Amino acid sequence: MNNIFVYLEIEDGIVADVSLELLTKGRSLANQLKCKLEAIAIGSQLDGIGEQVFSFGVDVLTLADDKKLYPYTSLPHTAILVKLFKEEQPQIALMGATSIGRDLGPRVSSALFSGLTADCTSLEIGDHEDKKEGKVYKNLLYQIRPAFGGNIVATIVNPEQRPQMATVREGVMKKEIADKHYKGETKKLDVSKYVSSTDFVVNVIERHMEKSKLNIKASPIIISGGYGIGSRENFDLLFDFAHVIGAEVGASRAAVDAGFADHERQIGQTGVTVRPKLYIACGISGQIQHVAGMQESSMIIAINNDPNAPINAIADYVITGNVEEVIPKMIKYYKKNTK
Amino acid sequence: MGLKIVVLAKQVPDTRNVGKDAMKADGTVNRAALAAIFNPEDLNALEQALRLKDKYEGSTVSILTMGPGRAAEIIRESLYRGADDGFLLTDRAFAGSDTLATSYALSCAIKNFSKVDVIICGRQAIDGDTAQVGPQVAEKIGWPQITYAEEILECTSQKIVVKRRLEKGIEIVEGKLPMLVTVNSSAPECRPRNAKLVMKFKHAKTISEKQAGDQDYIDLVDERPYLNINEWSVNEIQADANWLGLKGSPTKVKEIENVVFQAKESKRLSPDDFDIESLMRELIANHTIG
Ligand SMILES: Cc1cc2nc3c(=O)[nH]c(=O)nc-3n(C[C@H](O)[C@H](O)[C@H](O)COP(=O)(O)OP(=O)(O)OC[C@H]3O[C@@H](n4cnc5c(N)ncnc54)[C@H](O)[C@@H]3O)c2cc1C
Ligand SMILES: Nc1ncnc2c1ncn2[C@@H]1O[C@H](COP(=O)(O)O)[C@@H](O)[C@H]1O
Repeated sequence: MNNIFVYLEIEDGIVADVSLELLTKGRSLANQLKCKLEAIAIGSQLDGIGEQVFSFGVDVLTLADDKKLYPYTSLPHTAILVKLFKEEQPQIALMGATSIGRDLGPRVSSALFSGLTADCTSLEIGDHEDKKEGKVYKNLLYQIRPAFGGNIVATIVNPEQRPQMATVREGVMKKEIADKHYKGETKKLDVSKYVSSTDFVVNVIERHMEKSKLNIKASPIIISGGYGIGSRENFDLLFDFAHVIGAEVGASRAAVDAGFADHERQIGQTGVTVRPKLYIACGISGQIQHVAGMQESSMIIAINNDPNAPINAIADYVITGNVEEVIPKMIKYYKKNTK
Repeated sequence: MGLKIVVLAKQVPDTRNVGKDAMKADGTVNRAALAAIFNPEDLNALEQALRLKDKYEGSTVSILTMGPGRAAEIIRESLYRGADDGFLLTDRAFAGSDTLATSYALSCAIKNFSKVDVIICGRQAIDGDTAQVGPQVAEKIGWPQITYAEEILECTSQKIVVKRRLEKGIEIVEGKLPMLVTVNSSAPECRPRNAKLVMKFKHAKTISEKQAGDQDYIDLVDERPYLNINEWSVNEIQADANWLGLKGSPTKVKEIENVVFQAKESKRLSPDDFDIESLMRELIANHTIG
């Protein structure tokens, strides 16, 4: 009872990264709260799910398996979560801040009258004192998120209502196997008891999902270009460098908006969050919305012709100069000095 | 038979153009320094509604917004673009509402309309980026929902077909009316103001605005009822005060912090060959690259 639930997002039988990241976070929260971590999978042909998730420290996996439950539609998935949460009374429920989680989460929260905080960047456990009411709440979920276009960070709590619900974007939390041999229990729901035929009011008649070829998140080195790169052609220099040293190319929103790079490369608050071994920021000023997506990189090199660019404050190495001068020198040295 | 369409629109502070004076010294937001604008995706929603009106004869588009008195501005903006009428939900009792309390108030207001076929919202508002109000309103009035819409392909008395744009692809879905739809920014931009409509509606006012105005003006409104922007308070929408405002909001803001990044001690390098080469030597030697 009062466990932590993570909703698993599934595409073609594969659990999404964002869900695995939430399981990792959920495991550490469950350890802190001394409760169980539960996962719920709703879809069709779910036999392979256990194998994919138990090693993340899942204690209980609930399966709602029915042909009609895949692909995702709002009402049937909502109906299952609402009834299950009424029965199980979780204290915390987490889902991805994806087009599924942001369709499902608000509907479930409305039905249960529980608060929901979207797009959290950090989740912690802590106490809360309501001075007006003179009440102290122990072990609440601190739902921490940027607000006002990233200009402030707010900590949100739900003192009274359960579950405490939050969504988190892909890439914001780390994904880590807890124990390769961890084995939890599997429960199967009798789907007919949870969903009624009237829930199937929206039908998916066509679907084209692309598997993203690009996986910036996984790259240990990222060379990122900003508006200072100047053009799409000039971005080729970054691609050359990336090719030579085995890196991926990222971009700031200003570079994406200007058409220098594709949207899927955008790093930051409204793009992906990355934490590579090395991040080279080229012609990027370092506004908070960008920095929010890369500040946890192990090492940061900033190349900028403005000695006072804000990015310099968080960089380990600051090269004050022009990108088009510095990068070719780096390529040249690398080629000469490695096999 | 036309459609009765309601668009939910919000006036928001322009968080995309945050100037230096937008943050106060204590780290809180200086709302006064931010311009109030029509939430961008709500304009995309309005355009979808107007396209349905163009396509299905006899359809009407009503704008519903909850906010302070000045939010009447976005209702006028909608009338200039082709909306038929507007409703401003305004009351002290709404202050401090989170998304759930906002959705409750909006859902009560919607129940006030006689018969609605389609509700169209923006996907999210840029002040909070939550994308919650649309689905929560749908749940509260017991309607199904289609979120992330890029285009409403078809909408007749029985059937609605929508193209959705998701982060990893597209989906075409089909359902029945009534339906609540939320619209993405990838949908077509809203048409500009129409000069004739601007002339027609520039004196459209709420009752509070009228009371602040002069006598000539009040006569004008009596002659031309379309200049009336409906203003509703809690009493008009039969809402339960326990579910509104701070009281009706399960989420509380515990703390707000200004964003400050941990400055690192950085090594400063010049673009000279010597500096670049020694940096590269170090990176290769410690296996950061290579
Ligand atoms: C709600 C919201 C969300 C946002 N989300 C994101 C996000 O996810 N990601 C993101 O990146 N931004 C985001 N932004 C935008 C962000 O605020 C900045 O506008 C953006 O990051 C600026 O990009 P930039 O640094 O490339 O451009 P600029 O700020 O224009 O900086 C260009 C830099 O290049 C330098 N430069 C110019 N020429 C050269 C040269 N030849 N060699 C070297 N340096 C040169 C300049 O000195 C300058 O520092 C968001 C904004 C808002 C309001
Ligand atoms: N106060 C409001 N008045 C009218 N519509 C609103 C209001 N708040 C939110 N909405 C609608 O709900 C959508 C999502 O808002 P949000 O959940 O705040 O991101 C918006 O794009 C609007 O269409």
